[in-house]
Amino acid sequence: MAKATLLRDPYNIIITGVGGQGNVMSSRVLGSMLADKGYFVTIGETFGPSQRGGSVMSHLRISGKSIWSPQIPEHKADIIAALEPIEAIRVLAPYGNPDVKILCNTRPIYPATVIRGEEKYPSIEEIKKSVTKLASDSIFIDATEEAQRLGNPILANIIMLGAICGSRTLPVEKKNFEEAIAGRVKPSLIEINCAAFDVGMKLSQG
Amino acid sequence: MSALLDKKEGAEHLLMGNEAIARGALEAGVKVAAGYPGTPSSEIIESLAGVAKDANIYVEWSVNEKLAMEVAAAASFAELRSLCVMKQNGVNVASDFLLHLAGSGTRGGMVLVPCDDPGALSSINEGESRFFARTVEIPLLEPGDFQEAKDMTKWAFELSEELKQLIMLRSVTRLSHASGNVRFGTLPTGEAKARFRCDGFILDPDEGIVISAPVDYKHGQQHEKLKRAKEIFEDSPFNTYEGPEKPELLIITSSACTLYSREAISILGLKERVGLLKLGTTWPLPPKLLTRYLSLAEKILIVEEVLPFLEENVKVIAAETASEIGIKKFYGKNDGTIPMVGELNPDYVINAITKILEIEYLPRPEEYAAKTQGLAFFGAPQRELIFCPGCPHRASFWSIHNALELDGRKGFVCGDIGCYTMALLPTGFTTLKTVHAMGSGSGLASGFGKLGQFGLDQPVLAVCGDSTFFHTAIPALINARHHKSDFTLVVLDNSGTAMTGFQPHPGLEVNAMGDNVPDLDIAEICRSMGARVEIRDPFELEETRATLNNLMEDNEGLKVLILRQICGLSPEKKAGKKYEMAINEEICLGENCGCNRVCTRIFRCPGLVWDKEKQVTRLDEVICTGCGVCADICPAGAITRKEAV
Repeated sequence: MAKATLLRDPYNIIITGVGGQGNVMSSRVLGSMLADKGYFVTIGETFGPSQRGGSVMSHLRISGKSIWSPQIPEHKADIIAALEPIEAIRVLAPYGNPDVKILCNTRPIYPATVIRGEEKYPSIEEIKKSVTKLASDSIFIDATEEAQRLGNPILANIIMLGAICGSRTLPVEKKNFEEAIAGRVKPSLIEINCAAFDVGMKLSQG
Repeated sequence: MSALLDKKEGAEHLLMGNEAIARGALEAGVKVAAGYPGTPSSEIIESLAGVAKDANIYVEWSVNEKLAMEVAAAASFAELRSLCVMKQNGVNVASDFLLHLAGSGTRGGMVLVPCDDPGALSSINEGESRFFARTVEIPLLEPGDFQEAKDMTKWAFELSEELKQLIMLRSVTRLSHASGNVRFGTLPTGEAKARFRCDGFILDPDEGIVISAPVDYKHGQQHEKLKRAKEIFEDSPFNTYEGPEKPELLIITSSACTLYSREAISILGLKERVGLLKLGTTWPLPPKLLTRYLSLAEKILIVEEVLPFLEENVKVIAAETASEIGIKKFYGKNDGTIPMVGELNPDYVINAITKILEIEYLPRPEEYAAKTQGLAFFGAPQRELIFCPGCPHRASFWSIHNALELDGRKGFVCGDIGCYTMALLPTGFTTLKTVHAMGSGSGLASGFGKLGQFGLDQPVLAVCGDSTFFHTAIPALINARHHKSDFTLVVLDNSGTAMTGFQPHPGLEVNAMGDNVPDLDIAEICRSMGARVEIRDPFELEETRATLNNLMEDNEGLKVLILRQICGLSPEKKAGKKYEMAINEEICLGENCGCNRVCTRIFRCPGLVWDKEKQVTRLDEVICTGCGVCADICPAGAITRKEAV
């Protein structure tokens, strides 16, 4: 199959967030989009025993050559997409490098320790400052608010997926998303997912 | 139709390792598959159950892993291909049958797939199943990627039939729960007929009785099978070498570590200096192949997770062939080059190689590293393990904890395996004091309950989930009743095997394939043993607490309290809220109440948020499941509930 050249091979994407945000779903949709285009795709998922509320991270490796380790080596992420802002910080420390590109949802999900008033959640300005300092390029989106506008906050994951695809770093188009989402959600939900994807694409293209 | 039944040969799909194993079994024409849920293995049986009707196969979630292996073995004895699946711990449970099955041999191809969890990502141990293959003397295969997970599974059935022996195919979390491209082979057509031939000559492997005795004969047969396996493994396409003819360093590896090692060599740009021998057939090791590759280099690094299984086995071959291959310098777990604990990743292998070859590796510029250091000053607050909003376990342990405090005799709770294991932590008010294997909470309680003779005067409690009750708690209860052991078991019945994804168990009216089946009533089972049984809704806090205190005061043997409330994440429960909750900010006195902020500091439901600005507790309506429990813990009456419409 003819393939567009990747910016790097393997090209490494980390999608991070909190259990319940649909992180695993978005990494699998993106993986299918690229596998359908003929790439080797490896997805590694790190999730703990808590189904909701824990840090969740998916590693995607896109390659024209082979399968790679399901764990991205330290400091080798090309894109970090964070569905939750402090998760961006958590992942940047071990996986960041001067070329990394960050896409970050600005809506916090407070950890239990913050809810109880035991720990402080950094301000979004502090987070933005740190992220900008450590990334070659950073885009901040209130994906949750955009998703609520579409009628359901869970669509933030698809908006972020649209943002990844709109960032002109991957050889994928809207129609690849349409094909990949079709088999994964009820037919009645395809349209709203496509709308969410569009919102993300537009936002990342500024 | 599921992608797993795609008939097109050469079709490519992005599959989880577990799905690839399921597809491999389907391509081999598996007819019976049985397992017990356990991360990271559960999706293999789930995938097969999902296509059972279309593929005309039988799939079950057995009561425990020993049963699963027995159910699968029966199919093999009846000349069908069968699969049994479990997480590593399950092999311990099944190991008595496993030893005898290895001795008796099999007929229809039979494959045991244990999924190990190096690093204990979803376990409370780092158990190893590879040693079982060596201990019970059966061949062991370890796929190195997703394609191999499918291909080797299919081949394992053929090998099993050739050797008339059970084959172990071991996976790990990073294969089972990772995904990659898999190219499909063909699905078989044609039917298989089950028949159990047992009237032939007693020693006939196809028509005799199926038993591991006479031991000297059968054990001898077993060794013949291993010898034949060695010969087959010498030429296996699943053992590969990539690298120069004369490498400075030879890496020997298997399983997911193949991907880590390959990546490490690639990142360090050492393809011309380091060789990679990847083994798919790891017991018994093919000695000629090993001798050939060991001859290539002076320095040998063995990369594997958890115990030095491969390392020890390779060293035996190296010792036996020392006169031929010369003296080697080995690096691995025994000398500390590779850590003995935890899972590996490409960086561990990079560290090992750079140390051995004395080369520098800088994963990022120093200047960037310094910037990252600066970032750490406000660190990201950790997301601790916590029960979900509306989890019945939070309410149950609230009552258990309070009942123990009120009782005042320093009673304690023996824990078990499930989401509720987290009651070791503050989210369950640090209520559990022991946690071991499935069913061990009840077993330990049965023992503690007999120590009154030696002066133990603390009330003894145990907890177990509904699935765990059926798995192994029942024999412990029988033991306790028979020996008049005095303890109280609290069954946390949330209507499913919640932690691993709501797989059905014998207490439910549905099986793995979605058929209606008879359900067994936990209360009736306990009553039939002669236990005193009470049933409560854990969301009724006061009633639950009072019942528990009453049971603890009853010194007459075995008591069972069933706390019945469906898991908040279950598909049935997600549909609606029972209560609409509200917090009256005028009534909440915050830090001035004298309650020590019991709702946010102690009860800790994530639906309750401490508002620092206003100094009151707020409700997070998005995640609140409307269980209504927090209304009962607020002494000021600031939290209210009304029936949802």
